[in-house]
Amino acid sequence: MSNIIEIKNLHFSYPAEEGSEPAEVLKGIDLTVKEGEFMAILGHNGSGKSTLAKHINGILVPTSGTVTVDGINTADEDKIFDLRRRAGMVFQNPDNQIVSSIVEEDVAFALENLGVPYEEMRRRVDEALKDVNMYDYRLHSPSQLSGGQKQRVAIAGIIAMKPKCIILDEPTAMLDPQGRREVMSVIKRMNREYGITIVLITHYMDEAAQCGRVVVMDKGRVILDDTPRAVFSQVEQVKKIGLDVPQVTELAYELKKAGYDISDDIITEEECINAIKKLFS
Amino acid sequence: MLRDITIGQYFPGNSLIHRLDPRFKIVITFIYIMMLFTGDHIVCLSVGAVFTAAAIILSQIPFKMFVKSVKPLMPFLILTAALNLLFISSGDVYFHWKFIKITSEGINVSVFMLIRITLLIMGSSLLTYTTSPITLTDAIERLLSPLKKLKVPVHELAMMMSIALRFIPTLIEETEKIMAAQKARGAEIDSGSFMTRAKNMVAILVPLFISAFRRADELATAMECRCYRGGEGRTRLRQLCSAPRDYAALAVTILFYGGAAALGIVLK
Repeated sequence: MSNIIEIKNLHFSYPAEEGSEPAEVLKGIDLTVKEGEFMAILGHNGSGKSTLAKHINGILVPTSGTVTVDGINTADEDKIFDLRRRAGMVFQNPDNQIVSSIVEEDVAFALENLGVPYEEMRRRVDEALKDVNMYDYRLHSPSQLSGGQKQRVAIAGIIAMKPKCIILDEPTAMLDPQGRREVMSVIKRMNREYGITIVLITHYMDEAAQCGRVVVMDKGRVILDDTPRAVFSQVEQVKKIGLDVPQVTELAYELKKAGYDISDDIITEEECINAIKKLFS
Repeated sequence: MLRDITIGQYFPGNSLIHRLDPRFKIVITFIYIMMLFTGDHIVCLSVGAVFTAAAIILSQIPFKMFVKSVKPLMPFLILTAALNLLFISSGDVYFHWKFIKITSEGINVSVFMLIRITLLIMGSSLLTYTTSPITLTDAIERLLSPLKKLKVPVHELAMMMSIALRFIPTLIEETEKIMAAQKARGAEIDSGSFMTRAKNMVAILVPLFISAFRRADELATAMECRCYRGGEGRTRLRQLCSAPRDYAALAVTILFYGGAAALGIVLK
Protein backbone atom coordinates (compact mmCIF):
# COMPACT_ATOMS: atom_id res chain seq x y z
CA MET A 1 0.00 0.00 0.00
CA SER A 2 1.20 3.50 -0.77
CA ASN A 3 1.97 6.19 1.76
CA ILE A 4 -0.73 8.79 2.19
CA ILE A 5 1.11 11.02 4.65
CA GLU A 6 4.86 11.60 4.40
CA ILE A 7 6.50 13.86 6.94
CA LYS A 8 10.21 14.50 6.45
CA ASN A 9 12.43 16.19 9.03
CA LEU A 10 9.64 18.53 10.14
CA HIS A 11 10.65 21.44 12.34
CA PHE A 12 8.19 24.06 13.51
CA SER A 13 8.36 27.12 15.72
CA TYR A 14 5.56 29.54 16.47
CA PRO A 15 6.53 33.12 15.56
CA ALA A 16 8.52 34.65 18.42
CA GLU A 17 6.86 37.14 20.71
CA GLU A 18 8.72 40.35 21.31
CA GLY A 19 11.90 39.97 23.34
CA SER A 20 11.91 36.18 23.41
CA GLU A 21 13.45 33.43 21.34
CA PRO A 22 11.04 31.45 19.16
CA ALA A 23 10.26 28.22 20.96
CA GLU A 24 10.62 25.18 18.75
CA VAL A 25 7.53 23.00 19.13
CA LEU A 26 8.38 20.24 16.67
CA LYS A 27 12.01 19.17 16.56
CA GLY A 28 12.60 17.03 13.52
CA ILE A 29 9.74 14.62 12.92
CA ASP A 30 9.91 11.80 10.38
CA LEU A 31 6.71 9.87 9.96
CA THR A 32 4.92 8.04 7.18
CA VAL A 33 1.36 6.80 7.30
CA LYS A 34 0.11 4.16 4.88
CA GLU A 35 -3.24 4.38 3.17
CA GLY A 36 -5.99 2.81 5.28
CA GLU A 37 -3.94 2.82 8.45
CA PHE A 38 -5.52 3.51 11.85
CA MET A 39 -2.96 5.37 13.90
CA ALA A 40 -3.07 6.98 17.33
CA ILE A 41 -0.81 9.78 18.49
CA LEU A 42 -0.23 9.91 22.22
CA GLY A 43 1.58 12.49 24.26
CA HIS A 44 0.81 14.73 27.20
CA ASN A 45 0.04 18.47 26.98
CA GLY A 46 2.74 20.42 25.20
CA SER A 47 4.23 17.38 23.47
CA GLY A 48 3.42 18.93 20.08
CA LYS A 49 0.78 16.41 19.02
CA SER A 50 -1.91 18.97 18.11
CA THR A 51 0.67 21.10 16.32
CA LEU A 52 1.68 18.05 14.30
CA ALA A 53 -1.97 17.39 13.43
CA LYS A 54 -2.44 20.92 12.15
CA HIS A 55 0.44 20.36 9.71
CA ILE A 56 -1.34 17.48 8.01
CA ASN A 57 -4.05 19.65 6.42
CA GLY A 58 -2.04 22.81 6.01
CA ILE A 59 -3.47 24.89 8.89
CA LEU A 60 0.20 25.28 9.84
CA VAL A 61 3.13 24.99 7.43
CA PRO A 62 6.58 23.70 8.42
CA THR A 63 9.36 26.10 9.42
CA SER A 64 11.65 23.58 7.73
CA GLY A 65 11.16 20.10 6.31
CA THR A 66 8.19 18.92 4.25
CA VAL A 67 4.75 17.42 4.76
CA THR A 68 3.20 15.65 1.77
CA VAL A 69 -0.39 14.35 1.84
CA ASP A 70 -1.61 12.22 -1.05
CA GLY A 71 1.08 13.74 -3.27
CA ILE A 72 0.30 17.35 -2.32
CA ASN A 73 2.91 19.43 -0.52
CA THR A 74 1.04 21.20 2.29
CA ALA A 75 3.08 24.36 1.72
CA ASP A 76 1.62 24.67 -1.81
CA GLU A 77 -0.98 27.41 -1.37
CA ASP A 78 -2.58 26.85 -4.77
CA LYS A 79 -3.67 23.37 -3.76
CA ILE A 80 -4.75 24.15 -0.21
CA PHE A 81 -8.47 23.43 -0.79
CA ASP A 82 -7.67 20.25 -2.66
CA LEU A 83 -5.55 19.22 0.31
CA ARG A 84 -8.23 20.03 2.89
CA ARG A 85 -10.83 18.10 0.95
CA ARG A 86 -8.61 15.01 1.10
CA ALA A 87 -7.52 15.41 4.70
CA GLY A 88 -10.44 16.41 6.93
CA MET A 89 -10.01 17.50 10.50
CA VAL A 90 -12.25 17.07 13.55
CA PHE A 91 -11.57 19.10 16.68
CA GLN A 92 -12.05 18.60 20.38
CA ASN A 93 -15.01 20.90 21.07
CA PRO A 94 -18.01 19.99 18.92
CA ASP A 95 -19.73 23.30 19.73
CA ASN A 96 -16.95 25.31 18.15
CA GLN A 97 -16.95 23.54 14.81
CA ILE A 98 -20.64 23.45 13.98
CA VAL A 99 -21.48 26.39 11.74
CA SER A 100 -25.19 26.12 11.03
CA SER A 101 -28.24 25.97 13.29
CA ILE A 102 -29.64 22.99 11.39
CA VAL A 103 -27.85 19.63 11.45
CA GLU A 104 -28.15 18.79 7.76
CA GLU A 105 -27.02 22.25 6.69
CA ASP A 106 -23.95 21.94 8.84
CA VAL A 107 -23.08 18.63 7.20
CA ALA A 108 -23.51 20.34 3.83
CA PHE A 109 -21.25 23.27 4.75
CA ALA A 110 -18.06 21.89 3.21
CA LEU A 111 -19.92 20.75 0.08
CA GLU A 112 -21.47 24.20 -0.31
CA ASN A 113 -18.00 25.71 -0.10
CA LEU A 114 -16.69 23.30 -2.71
CA GLY A 115 -19.55 24.21 -5.07
CA VAL A 116 -21.01 20.69 -5.27
CA PRO A 117 -24.27 20.73 -7.30
CA TYR A 118 -27.56 20.39 -5.39
CA GLU A 119 -28.58 16.80 -6.28
CA GLU A 120 -25.17 15.36 -5.43
CA MET A 121 -24.97 17.43 -2.26
CA ARG A 122 -28.36 16.18 -1.08
CA ARG A 123 -27.29 12.57 -1.66
CA ARG A 124 -23.89 12.93 0.03
CA VAL A 125 -25.35 14.74 3.05
CA ASP A 126 -27.96 12.02 3.57
CA GLU A 127 -25.34 9.27 3.20
CA ALA A 128 -22.97 10.95 5.65
CA LEU A 129 -25.76 11.40 8.20
CA LYS A 130 -26.74 7.73 7.87
CA ASP A 131 -23.08 6.70 8.24
CA VAL A 132 -22.90 8.32 11.67
CA ASN A 133 -26.46 7.26 12.65
CA MET A 134 -27.72 10.83 12.83
CA TYR A 135 -30.13 10.79 9.89
CA ASP A 136 -33.19 10.99 12.13
CA TYR A 137 -31.85 14.20 13.63
CA ARG A 138 -31.17 15.95 10.31
CA LEU A 139 -33.63 18.78 10.93
CA HIS A 140 -32.74 19.31 14.59
CA SER A 141 -30.81 22.23 15.95
CA PRO A 142 -27.31 21.28 17.21
CA SER A 143 -28.16 22.83 20.58
CA GLN A 144 -30.72 20.05 21.15
CA LEU A 145 -28.08 17.31 20.77
CA SER A 146 -25.77 15.62 23.28
CA GLY A 147 -21.98 16.03 23.05
CA GLY A 148 -21.49 12.65 21.38
CA GLN A 149 -24.25 13.40 18.84
CA LYS A 150 -22.75 16.80 18.04
CA GLN A 151 -19.34 15.25 17.53
CA ARG A 152 -20.87 12.68 15.18
CA VAL A 153 -22.46 15.53 13.21
CA ALA A 154 -19.03 17.15 12.97
CA ILE A 155 -17.61 13.86 11.67
CA ALA A 156 -20.46 13.61 9.13
CA GLY A 157 -19.54 17.11 7.94
CA ILE A 158 -16.05 15.80 7.19
CA ILE A 159 -16.96 12.46 5.61
CA ALA A 160 -19.41 14.24 3.27
CA MET A 161 -16.27 15.64 1.59
CA LYS A 162 -15.21 12.03 0.92
CA PRO A 163 -11.71 12.53 2.33
CA LYS A 164 -8.94 9.95 2.11
CA CYS A 165 -7.77 10.74 5.57
CA ILE A 166 -9.35 12.12 8.75
CA ILE A 167 -7.34 13.69 11.53
CA LEU A 168 -9.15 13.80 14.86
CA ASP A 169 -7.71 16.04 17.56
CA GLU A 170 -8.90 14.59 20.87
CA PRO A 171 -12.47 14.14 19.58
CA THR A 172 -13.66 12.40 22.75
CA ALA A 173 -11.99 14.59 25.37
CA MET A 174 -15.16 16.54 26.19
CA LEU A 175 -17.60 13.63 25.99
CA ASP A 176 -19.18 11.32 28.54
CA PRO A 177 -18.39 7.56 28.35
CA GLN A 178 -21.51 6.90 26.25
CA GLY A 179 -20.53 9.65 23.75
CA ARG A 180 -16.96 8.36 23.63
CA ARG A 181 -18.12 4.88 22.71
CA GLU A 182 -20.43 6.19 19.97
CA VAL A 183 -17.71 8.33 18.43
CA MET A 184 -15.05 5.61 18.60
CA SER A 185 -17.35 3.09 16.93
CA VAL A 186 -18.09 5.54 14.09
CA ILE A 187 -14.38 6.24 13.58
CA LYS A 188 -13.54 2.53 13.53
CA ARG A 189 -16.31 1.82 11.03
CA MET A 190 -15.13 4.59 8.69
CA ASN A 191 -11.69 3.01 8.71
CA ARG A 192 -12.94 -0.54 8.23
CA GLU A 193 -15.70 0.02 5.66
CA TYR A 194 -14.39 2.91 3.59
CA GLY A 195 -10.66 2.42 4.12
CA ILE A 196 -10.27 6.02 5.29
CA THR A 197 -6.90 6.62 6.94
CA ILE A 198 -7.40 7.71 10.54
CA VAL A 199 -4.99 9.75 12.64
CA LEU A 200 -6.45 9.85 16.15
CA ILE A 201 -4.92 12.14 18.71
CA THR A 202 -5.97 11.09 22.15
CA HIS A 203 -4.97 10.85 25.75
CA TYR A 204 -7.18 7.88 26.49
CA MET A 205 -4.95 4.81 26.52
CA ASP A 206 -7.82 2.40 25.95
CA GLU A 207 -8.67 4.24 22.71
CA ALA A 208 -5.05 4.05 21.56
CA ALA A 209 -5.07 0.32 22.34
CA GLN A 210 -7.83 -0.13 19.71
CA CYS A 211 -5.66 1.33 16.92
CA GLY A 212 -3.32 -0.50 14.59
CA ARG A 213 -0.35 1.68 15.42
CA VAL A 214 0.62 4.00 18.24
CA VAL A 215 3.01 6.92 17.97
CA VAL A 216 4.16 8.46 21.25
CA MET A 217 5.41 12.02 21.23
CA ASP A 218 7.36 13.87 23.86
CA LYS A 219 8.83 17.38 23.74
CA GLY A 220 8.38 17.73 19.98
CA ARG A 221 9.87 14.37 19.04
CA VAL A 222 8.51 10.94 18.19
CA ILE A 223 9.90 8.60 20.83
CA LEU A 224 7.95 5.41 20.25
CA ASP A 225 6.26 4.16 17.08
CA ASP A 226 4.95 0.62 17.03
CA THR A 227 1.89 -1.57 17.55
CA PRO A 228 -0.08 -0.78 20.73
CA ARG A 229 1.09 -4.08 22.22
CA ALA A 230 4.75 -3.29 21.68
CA VAL A 231 4.39 0.31 22.88
CA PHE A 232 2.45 -0.43 26.05
CA SER A 233 4.66 -3.33 27.07
CA GLN A 234 7.36 -0.70 27.72
CA VAL A 235 5.52 0.36 30.84
CA GLU A 236 8.46 2.15 32.44
CA GLN A 237 9.34 4.24 29.42
CA VAL A 238 5.72 5.25 28.83
CA LYS A 239 5.35 6.25 32.48
CA LYS A 240 8.62 8.19 32.44
CA ILE A 241 7.17 10.75 30.01
CA GLY A 242 4.07 11.20 32.14
CA LEU A 243 1.65 8.95 30.28
CA ASP A 244 -0.31 5.99 31.54
CA VAL A 245 -0.71 2.54 30.05
CA PRO A 246 -4.16 0.91 29.78
CA GLN A 247 -5.38 -0.22 33.21
CA VAL A 248 -5.17 -3.91 32.32
CA THR A 249 -1.57 -3.50 31.12
CA GLU A 250 -0.71 -1.83 34.39
CA LEU A 251 -2.34 -4.62 36.40
CA ALA A 252 -0.34 -7.27 34.54
CA TYR A 253 2.81 -5.23 34.99
CA GLU A 254 2.30 -4.93 38.74
CA LEU A 255 1.51 -8.64 39.04
CA LYS A 256 4.68 -9.49 37.18
CA LYS A 257 6.70 -7.17 39.41
CA ALA A 258 5.24 -8.96 42.41
CA GLY A 259 6.63 -12.20 41.08
CA TYR A 260 3.70 -13.76 39.23
CA ASP A 261 4.25 -15.43 35.90
CA ILE A 262 2.13 -13.28 33.61
CA SER A 263 2.67 -11.99 30.10
CA ASP A 264 3.66 -8.30 29.86
CA ASP A 265 1.97 -7.42 26.58
CA ILE A 266 -1.67 -7.48 27.67
CA ILE A 267 -3.78 -4.64 26.26
CA THR A 268 -7.38 -5.81 26.29
CA GLU A 269 -9.64 -6.78 29.18
CA GLU A 270 -10.27 -10.20 27.70
CA GLU A 271 -6.56 -11.03 27.50
CA CYS A 272 -6.19 -9.90 31.08
CA ILE A 273 -9.05 -12.10 32.30
CA ASN A 274 -7.63 -15.13 30.52
CA ALA A 275 -4.11 -14.52 31.84
CA ILE A 276 -5.34 -14.19 35.43
CA LYS A 277 -7.52 -17.30 35.08
CA LYS A 278 -4.39 -19.16 33.95
CA LEU A 279 -2.53 -18.00 37.06
CA PHE A 280 -5.10 -19.63 39.29
CA SER A 281 -5.55 -22.84 37.37
CA MET B 1 -34.23 33.09 33.37
CA LEU B 2 -32.15 33.69 30.26
CA ARG B 3 -33.97 31.04 28.31
CA ASP B 4 -36.99 33.31 28.02
CA ILE B 5 -35.07 35.54 25.63
CA THR B 6 -35.99 34.54 22.11
CA ILE B 7 -34.73 36.89 19.48
CA GLY B 8 -36.90 36.74 16.41
CA GLN B 9 -39.18 34.22 18.08
CA TYR B 10 -40.41 31.60 15.67
CA PHE B 11 -43.46 29.35 15.93
CA PRO B 12 -43.02 26.30 13.69
CA GLY B 13 -46.12 25.47 11.74
CA ASN B 14 -47.46 24.51 8.36
CA SER B 15 -50.00 27.22 7.58
CA LEU B 16 -50.25 29.05 4.27
CA ILE B 17 -48.25 31.94 5.72
CA HIS B 18 -45.54 29.57 6.97
CA ARG B 19 -45.20 28.01 3.55
CA LEU B 20 -44.81 31.24 1.62
CA ASP B 21 -41.39 31.86 0.10
CA PRO B 22 -39.49 33.96 2.69
CA ARG B 23 -38.30 36.37 -0.02
CA PHE B 24 -41.93 37.14 -0.91
CA LYS B 25 -42.80 37.47 2.74
CA ILE B 26 -40.15 40.16 3.20
CA VAL B 27 -41.31 42.07 0.11
CA ILE B 28 -44.95 41.78 1.20
CA THR B 29 -44.04 43.10 4.66
CA PHE B 30 -42.38 46.11 3.03
CA ILE B 31 -45.44 46.85 0.91
CA TYR B 32 -47.57 46.46 4.02
CA ILE B 33 -45.47 49.02 5.91
CA MET B 34 -45.75 51.42 2.97
CA MET B 35 -49.51 50.93 2.99
CA LEU B 36 -49.67 51.86 6.68
CA PHE B 37 -47.50 54.93 6.36
CA THR B 38 -48.59 56.51 3.06
CA GLY B 39 -52.34 56.60 3.61
CA ASP B 40 -53.40 59.37 5.96
CA HIS B 41 -57.12 58.65 6.01
CA ILE B 42 -58.68 56.45 8.64
CA VAL B 43 -60.11 54.24 5.86
CA CYS B 44 -56.56 53.37 4.71
CA LEU B 45 -55.80 52.16 8.23
CA SER B 46 -59.01 50.14 8.32
CA VAL B 47 -57.94 48.40 5.12
CA GLY B 48 -54.58 47.74 6.77
CA ALA B 49 -56.30 46.34 9.84
CA VAL B 50 -58.45 44.01 7.75
CA PHE B 51 -55.34 42.82 5.90
CA THR B 52 -53.48 42.19 9.19
CA ALA B 53 -56.43 40.35 10.71
CA ALA B 54 -56.75 38.12 7.64
CA ALA B 55 -53.05 37.30 7.68
CA ILE B 56 -53.10 36.53 11.41
CA ILE B 57 -56.07 34.19 10.99
CA LEU B 58 -54.33 32.43 8.08
CA SER B 59 -51.12 32.00 10.11
CA GLN B 60 -53.00 29.96 12.79
CA ILE B 61 -50.90 31.61 15.48
CA PRO B 62 -52.93 32.53 18.61
CA PHE B 63 -53.87 36.21 18.69
CA LYS B 64 -52.48 36.57 22.21
CA MET B 65 -48.96 36.15 20.82
CA PHE B 66 -49.50 39.33 18.82
CA VAL B 67 -50.74 41.15 21.89
CA LYS B 68 -47.55 39.95 23.60
CA SER B 69 -45.46 41.37 20.77
CA VAL B 70 -46.92 44.84 21.31
CA LYS B 71 -46.55 44.77 25.12
CA PRO B 72 -42.83 45.54 25.44
CA LEU B 73 -43.31 48.61 23.23
CA MET B 74 -46.29 49.91 25.25
CA PRO B 75 -44.33 52.66 27.08
CA PHE B 76 -43.09 53.95 23.74
CA LEU B 77 -46.60 53.89 22.29
CA ILE B 78 -48.10 55.71 25.24
CA LEU B 79 -45.35 58.34 25.16
CA THR B 80 -45.91 59.00 21.44
CA ALA B 81 -49.67 59.24 21.93
CA ALA B 82 -49.25 61.56 24.93
CA LEU B 83 -46.87 63.88 23.10
CA ASN B 84 -49.19 64.11 20.10
CA LEU B 85 -52.16 64.70 22.36
CA LEU B 86 -50.53 67.45 24.40
CA PHE B 87 -48.55 69.39 21.86
CA ILE B 88 -50.65 69.50 18.69
CA SER B 89 -52.45 72.81 18.94
CA SER B 90 -54.52 73.01 15.73
CA GLY B 91 -58.24 72.11 15.54
CA ASP B 92 -61.04 72.69 18.05
CA VAL B 93 -59.80 73.26 21.58
CA TYR B 94 -61.47 71.02 24.19
CA PHE B 95 -59.26 71.75 27.18
CA HIS B 96 -56.74 74.48 27.93
CA TRP B 97 -54.37 74.80 30.88
CA LYS B 98 -51.23 76.96 30.70
CA PHE B 99 -49.27 75.77 27.61
CA ILE B 100 -51.14 72.45 27.34
CA LYS B 101 -54.02 72.29 24.88
CA ILE B 102 -56.06 69.23 24.03
CA THR B 103 -57.55 69.63 20.59
CA SER B 104 -59.63 67.56 18.17
CA GLU B 105 -56.64 67.33 15.83
CA GLY B 106 -54.42 66.16 18.70
CA ILE B 107 -56.83 63.36 19.60
CA ASN B 108 -57.13 62.33 15.96
CA VAL B 109 -53.39 62.20 15.37
CA SER B 110 -52.59 60.32 18.58
CA VAL B 111 -55.25 57.65 18.02
CA PHE B 112 -54.14 57.38 14.39
CA MET B 113 -50.46 56.88 15.33
CA LEU B 114 -51.40 54.39 18.05
CA ILE B 115 -53.26 52.18 15.59
CA ARG B 116 -50.62 52.61 12.89
CA ILE B 117 -47.71 51.56 15.10
CA THR B 118 -49.65 48.67 16.66
CA LEU B 119 -50.45 47.34 13.19
CA LEU B 120 -46.81 47.80 12.18
CA ILE B 121 -45.57 45.75 15.14
CA MET B 122 -48.16 43.02 14.64
CA GLY B 123 -47.43 42.76 10.92
CA SER B 124 -43.68 42.52 11.34
CA SER B 125 -44.10 40.04 14.22
CA LEU B 126 -46.06 37.89 11.82
CA LEU B 127 -42.98 37.77 9.59
CA THR B 128 -40.65 36.55 12.36
CA TYR B 129 -43.29 34.29 13.94
CA THR B 130 -43.77 32.34 10.72
CA THR B 131 -40.20 32.33 9.35
CA SER B 132 -37.25 30.66 11.10
CA PRO B 133 -34.33 33.07 11.66
CA ILE B 134 -32.00 31.04 9.46
CA THR B 135 -34.48 31.08 6.55
CA LEU B 136 -34.98 34.79 7.07
CA THR B 137 -31.21 35.40 6.87
CA ASP B 138 -31.05 33.28 3.77
CA ALA B 139 -33.87 35.23 2.13
CA ILE B 140 -32.27 38.57 3.02
CA GLU B 141 -29.01 37.40 1.45
CA ARG B 142 -30.76 36.45 -1.75
CA LEU B 143 -32.86 39.62 -1.93
CA LEU B 144 -29.80 41.80 -1.42
CA SER B 145 -27.55 39.83 -3.75
CA PRO B 146 -27.80 42.47 -6.55
CA LEU B 147 -25.90 44.76 -4.15
CA LYS B 148 -22.86 42.49 -4.52
CA LYS B 149 -22.15 44.33 -7.76
CA LEU B 150 -21.72 47.49 -5.69
CA LYS B 151 -19.16 45.64 -3.54
CA VAL B 152 -21.53 45.35 -0.57
CA PRO B 153 -20.38 42.22 1.36
CA VAL B 154 -23.85 40.63 1.33
CA HIS B 155 -22.70 37.02 1.74
CA GLU B 156 -20.35 37.91 4.60
CA LEU B 157 -23.07 39.83 6.43
CA ALA B 158 -25.51 36.96 6.07
CA MET B 159 -22.89 34.45 7.23
CA MET B 160 -22.12 36.55 10.31
CA MET B 161 -25.82 36.83 11.05
CA SER B 162 -26.41 33.08 10.79
CA ILE B 163 -23.35 32.26 12.93
CA ALA B 164 -24.61 34.73 15.53
CA LEU B 165 -27.99 32.97 15.53
CA ARG B 166 -26.29 29.59 15.78
CA PHE B 167 -24.32 30.68 18.86
CA ILE B 168 -27.15 32.30 20.82
CA PRO B 169 -28.15 29.04 22.60
CA THR B 170 -24.48 28.08 23.12
CA LEU B 171 -23.63 31.41 24.73
CA ILE B 172 -26.78 31.41 26.86
CA GLU B 173 -25.82 28.00 28.20
CA GLU B 174 -22.32 29.26 28.85
CA THR B 175 -23.60 32.35 30.66
CA GLU B 176 -25.68 30.16 32.95
CA LYS B 177 -22.64 28.02 33.74
CA ILE B 178 -20.50 31.07 34.51
CA MET B 179 -23.25 32.53 36.70
CA ALA B 180 -23.48 29.30 38.65
CA ALA B 181 -19.70 29.20 39.03
CA GLN B 182 -19.54 32.80 40.24
CA LYS B 183 -22.43 32.27 42.63
CA ALA B 184 -20.60 29.28 44.06
CA ARG B 185 -17.72 31.66 44.75
CA GLY B 186 -20.03 34.04 46.59
CA ALA B 187 -20.90 36.59 43.90
CA GLU B 188 -24.24 38.31 44.45
CA ILE B 189 -26.03 38.46 41.14
CA ASP B 190 -29.70 38.29 42.06
CA SER B 191 -29.54 40.44 45.18
CA GLY B 192 -27.96 43.64 46.42
CA SER B 193 -28.35 47.19 45.20
CA PHE B 194 -28.35 48.05 41.54
CA MET B 195 -24.71 49.17 41.71
CA THR B 196 -23.40 46.00 43.38
CA ARG B 197 -25.31 43.88 40.90
CA ALA B 198 -23.90 45.89 38.02
CA LYS B 199 -20.40 45.46 39.42
CA ASN B 200 -20.92 41.73 39.80
CA MET B 201 -22.01 41.47 36.19
CA VAL B 202 -18.38 42.20 35.27
CA ALA B 203 -17.45 38.85 36.80
CA ILE B 204 -19.81 37.21 34.31
CA LEU B 205 -19.14 39.31 31.24
CA VAL B 206 -15.34 39.07 31.29
CA PRO B 207 -15.14 35.26 31.20
CA LEU B 208 -18.00 35.20 28.69
CA PHE B 209 -16.14 37.55 26.35
CA ILE B 210 -12.87 35.65 26.62
CA SER B 211 -14.61 32.39 25.88
CA ALA B 212 -16.54 33.91 22.95
CA PHE B 213 -13.29 35.04 21.34
CA ARG B 214 -11.74 31.62 21.86
CA ARG B 215 -14.78 30.01 20.28
CA ALA B 216 -14.60 32.40 17.33
CA ASP B 217 -10.96 31.50 16.78
CA GLU B 218 -11.64 27.77 16.84
CA LEU B 219 -14.70 28.12 14.62
CA ALA B 220 -12.66 30.06 12.05
CA THR B 221 -10.09 27.25 11.94
CA ALA B 222 -12.83 24.63 11.61
CA MET B 223 -14.42 26.62 8.76
CA GLU B 224 -11.06 26.82 6.96
CA CYS B 225 -10.67 23.07 7.39
CA ARG B 226 -13.97 22.69 5.57
CA CYS B 227 -12.72 24.77 2.64
CA TYR B 228 -14.61 27.98 3.42
CA ARG B 229 -13.48 30.79 1.12
CA GLY B 230 -16.28 33.32 1.01
CA GLY B 231 -19.40 33.43 -1.11
CA GLU B 232 -17.70 32.98 -4.48
CA GLY B 233 -18.77 29.79 -6.26
CA ARG B 234 -20.81 28.48 -3.31
CA THR B 235 -23.78 26.21 -3.87
CA ARG B 236 -26.63 25.79 -1.42
CA LEU B 237 -28.34 22.86 0.23
CA ARG B 238 -31.38 25.00 0.99
CA GLN B 239 -33.23 25.75 -2.22
CA LEU B 240 -35.76 28.54 -2.29
CA CYS B 241 -38.35 28.17 -4.99
CA SER B 242 -41.36 30.37 -5.51
CA ALA B 243 -44.73 28.78 -6.14
CA PRO B 244 -47.89 30.29 -7.71
CA ARG B 245 -49.23 30.94 -4.20
CA ASP B 246 -46.33 33.36 -3.58
CA TYR B 247 -47.27 35.44 -6.62
CA ALA B 248 -50.91 35.28 -5.60
CA ALA B 249 -50.07 36.55 -2.11
CA LEU B 250 -48.01 39.37 -3.60
CA ALA B 251 -50.85 40.30 -5.97
CA VAL B 252 -53.37 40.37 -3.10
CA THR B 253 -51.08 42.64 -1.09
CA ILE B 254 -50.65 45.03 -4.00
CA LEU B 255 -54.43 45.05 -4.53
CA PHE B 256 -54.96 45.99 -0.89
CA TYR B 257 -52.35 48.72 -1.17
CA GLY B 258 -53.92 50.06 -4.36
CA GLY B 259 -57.39 49.89 -2.83
CA ALA B 260 -56.28 51.72 0.31
CA ALA B 261 -54.53 54.41 -1.75
CA ALA B 262 -57.55 54.87 -4.04
CA LEU B 263 -59.96 55.13 -1.08
CA GLY B 264 -57.62 57.65 0.51
CA ILE B 265 -57.73 59.89 -2.57
CA VAL B 266 -61.49 59.55 -3.17
CA LEU B 267 -62.46 60.33 0.42
CA LYS B 268 -60.18 63.34 0.84
